[in-house]
Amino acid sequence: MAVANVSAHDAASTHDEHDHEHHDNFITKYIFSTDHKMIAKQYLVSGIFWAFIGGFLSVLFRLQLGFPDMDMSFLRPILGGWIDASGKLDPTFYLALVTMHGTIMVFFVLTAGLSGTFSNFLIPLQIGARDMASGFMNMLSYWFFFISGVIMFASLFLEKGPAGGGWVVYPPLSALEQAIPGSGLGMTLWLTAMVFFIASSLMGGINYISTVINLRTKGMSFSRLPLTIWAFFLTAVIGLLSFPVLFSAALLLVFDRSFGTSFYLSDIYIGGEALPNTGGSAVLYQHLFWFLGHPEVYIVLLPALGITSEVIATNSRKPIFGYKAMIISMLGITILSFVVWAHHMFVSGMNPFLGSIFMFLTLIIAVPSAVKVFNYLTTLWRGNLRFTPGMLFSIGLVSFFISGGLTGIFLGNSAIDIQLHDTYFVVAHFHLVMGAASFFGMLAGVYHWFPKMFGRMMDDKLGYVHFWLTFVGVYLVFFPMHYIGIAGFPRRYYSWTNFSFADMYTDLNMFVSVAAIVTFFAQFIFVFNFFYSMYKGRKASANPWQSNTLEWTTPVEPGHGNWPGEIPTVYRWPYDYSKPGSEADFIPQTVPLSATPESNLPHEAKLVQLEKEIMEEDEAMLVGNESKES
Amino acid sequence: MEEKLSFIEGAEQPLAMHPKKFALWLFIVSVVMVFAGMTSAYIVRQGEGNWLEFDLPNVFWYTSGIIVLSSISLHLAYMAAKKDNLNNIKLGLLATVILGFAFLVGQWFSWEALVAEDVYFVGNPAGSFMYVFTGLHAIHLISGVIFLIIVLISALRNKIHSQNLAQLEMCVTYWHFLGGLWLYLFMFLLLNH
Repeated sequence: MAVANVSAHDAASTHDEHDHEHHDNFITKYIFSTDHKMIAKQYLVSGIFWAFIGGFLSVLFRLQLGFPDMDMSFLRPILGGWIDASGKLDPTFYLALVTMHGTIMVFFVLTAGLSGTFSNFLIPLQIGARDMASGFMNMLSYWFFFISGVIMFASLFLEKGPAGGGWVVYPPLSALEQAIPGSGLGMTLWLTAMVFFIASSLMGGINYISTVINLRTKGMSFSRLPLTIWAFFLTAVIGLLSFPVLFSAALLLVFDRSFGTSFYLSDIYIGGEALPNTGGSAVLYQHLFWFLGHPEVYIVLLPALGITSEVIATNSRKPIFGYKAMIISMLGITILSFVVWAHHMFVSGMNPFLGSIFMFLTLIIAVPSAVKVFNYLTTLWRGNLRFTPGMLFSIGLVSFFISGGLTGIFLGNSAIDIQLHDTYFVVAHFHLVMGAASFFGMLAGVYHWFPKMFGRMMDDKLGYVHFWLTFVGVYLVFFPMHYIGIAGFPRRYYSWTNFSFADMYTDLNMFVSVAAIVTFFAQFIFVFNFFYSMYKGRKASANPWQSNTLEWTTPVEPGHGNWPGEIPTVYRWPYDYSKPGSEADFIPQTVPLSATPESNLPHEAKLVQLEKEIMEEDEAMLVGNESKES
Repeated sequence: MEEKLSFIEGAEQPLAMHPKKFALWLFIVSVVMVFAGMTSAYIVRQGEGNWLEFDLPNVFWYTSGIIVLSSISLHLAYMAAKKDNLNNIKLGLLATVILGFAFLVGQWFSWEALVAEDVYFVGNPAGSFMYVFTGLHAIHLISGVIFLIIVLISALRNKIHSQNLAQLEMCVTYWHFLGGLWLYLFMFLLLNH
């Protein structure tokens, strides 16, 4: 309805909060919108923008790693002074590239771009709410993220370059300006941007949690929530508990950098001169950082797993296997994510006994993760598979989750970690299990919910091409890295040309770089598909994937408030696909049990009578209300 | 009808708690995590040795007393609001604001006492932590005082009474939390000193 009434002029004067026919002008509709759907799209477009920046940075450093002798002067128009006179990439800028790639991908793409998009878009639509608990705070959350992005983006153009101490910004490297150029103003901007980002995530998370708990429609009990919502809910809980600790860590780092305290600094000599700082502990920062850092992995991954559950069940035309087991394993992952952080620190000089405790806790995570994998596979097993692009990306996620997860078992062992720590084995592991898997979850979500977002379908054929190039590309990039890592290549090195052992792996590194560049350019197919389909795509039907969840009961392009009339009531769980006895192969959540006597299970048949009584009472109440109003 | 509904759904109706109150509780959770992180950092760092020993300022005992008194006066204001005793609401709130300022002044004196002991913000982390704890708590407390003043203004306009308690209740929750947080920090410092 809002769409039909767009009028650019005199909108402000007619604006009335109690008026259901909103007269939005361009600014209130597209920029300072409080509508969860528009905010979700803002997050999505920002996420895509950042994904390309982050991907482009990785192409730059892959060029350096694959072709260390290459003349890069052709990049001078973009990189300017970072390419020196002989056409070489500046080594400190290489460090900045790696740092910014990590920061952008982890926080801006896979946290804000993924959670921000799909939590905002799907929570109100799938639980049956008109909007988020606080639309204003939701808008504020996006704009804090935007400011954070502007600051981070600006830091890319600093004379001394952006932050260069790695995305984990360990002190003393990040705390001392003298350490590397990237620890100067670049680091200050990095910390400022992260403070805004933390505020944004907390506001978003508070909103997601209160919406899921307070605004579910009638009948939408927790045991009937789609797994997407469970995943977003738990993600928000993890964020609420872990981001404040990152804030603490960053605050102490700011004090060390700008006020001269010694929380993380002790006994440091620069050019033979001792710094005044004593009594600090660098490992303390690592503890605080990884208390966020590890849960962050699940903040990135859980929403992708939730999306996958939904997409796989819908396109297998089967109920998700082990709905309760899925919830329990997500709960297990949530709790365990807070007690494993020190497995990032096995070689930091931490007490080895502590290491074995954290090893034990880490390996326990394999259990809920494996439960989830088996449930995906058993949902697919003998399903009536429909290979939509969203489905392919979901299956791709399961594949990466398995191959990347298995190497986690090696890395989780504190003894093996002595050999593998900070090598390309680690890079391969987390890029598969958290990077590529979450990225595929995000793409699956975009392909699957694009019709609901824009009322049009994305092109399937381009989707298939995009999928195969990306899927094969990701394996070609990251699989060889396992070998490089076992061979002993450390991460974050500018080049290995000085080590003779590295000579026999030159080809492999070259291969990885070429694969990375091809995969990067394959993403342009997606961007074209995305923006082209937004305007020229085939018009979508109301329920193109024949799915059960509530968002498909809204109009094709839902306006403010999502449902034009009453919010529908929910009578069943969201996974009644191919139910024995039923004519249709899907029964939406809004269909009462009493309307499907042929397919009801024995325990459901007992509920029918009660359901009828309640519906009659509701009916009587509605009629009563209407007669009162008239 | 409610009972049947809960039976048929196998779970409760949505809690439908006041959304802003709920958001406040979630905010409190995040503040708890900030201080949990800080105090854990304190313990971890202390365990590594090279730790400056010094006496806690005695002012902390007085400021703790003040913060407890302020919670009591705010609670009296809340009881008055429930009974629509408009004058006592204003009195209680005013007293709480004054006690809040008194607490902040007291914390300032605690910093002076630390300086008198040669414990500075820059130096051994044992001292730095002391300033970070009190400073970060004071910043939150200032936000609480601002909240109190906002509530006081609407009380002066007679907008707070037994039919309109939400704002006051949120303020009470937040203030009691800040008081409890300070008592926790003080106890923590007494025990891990």
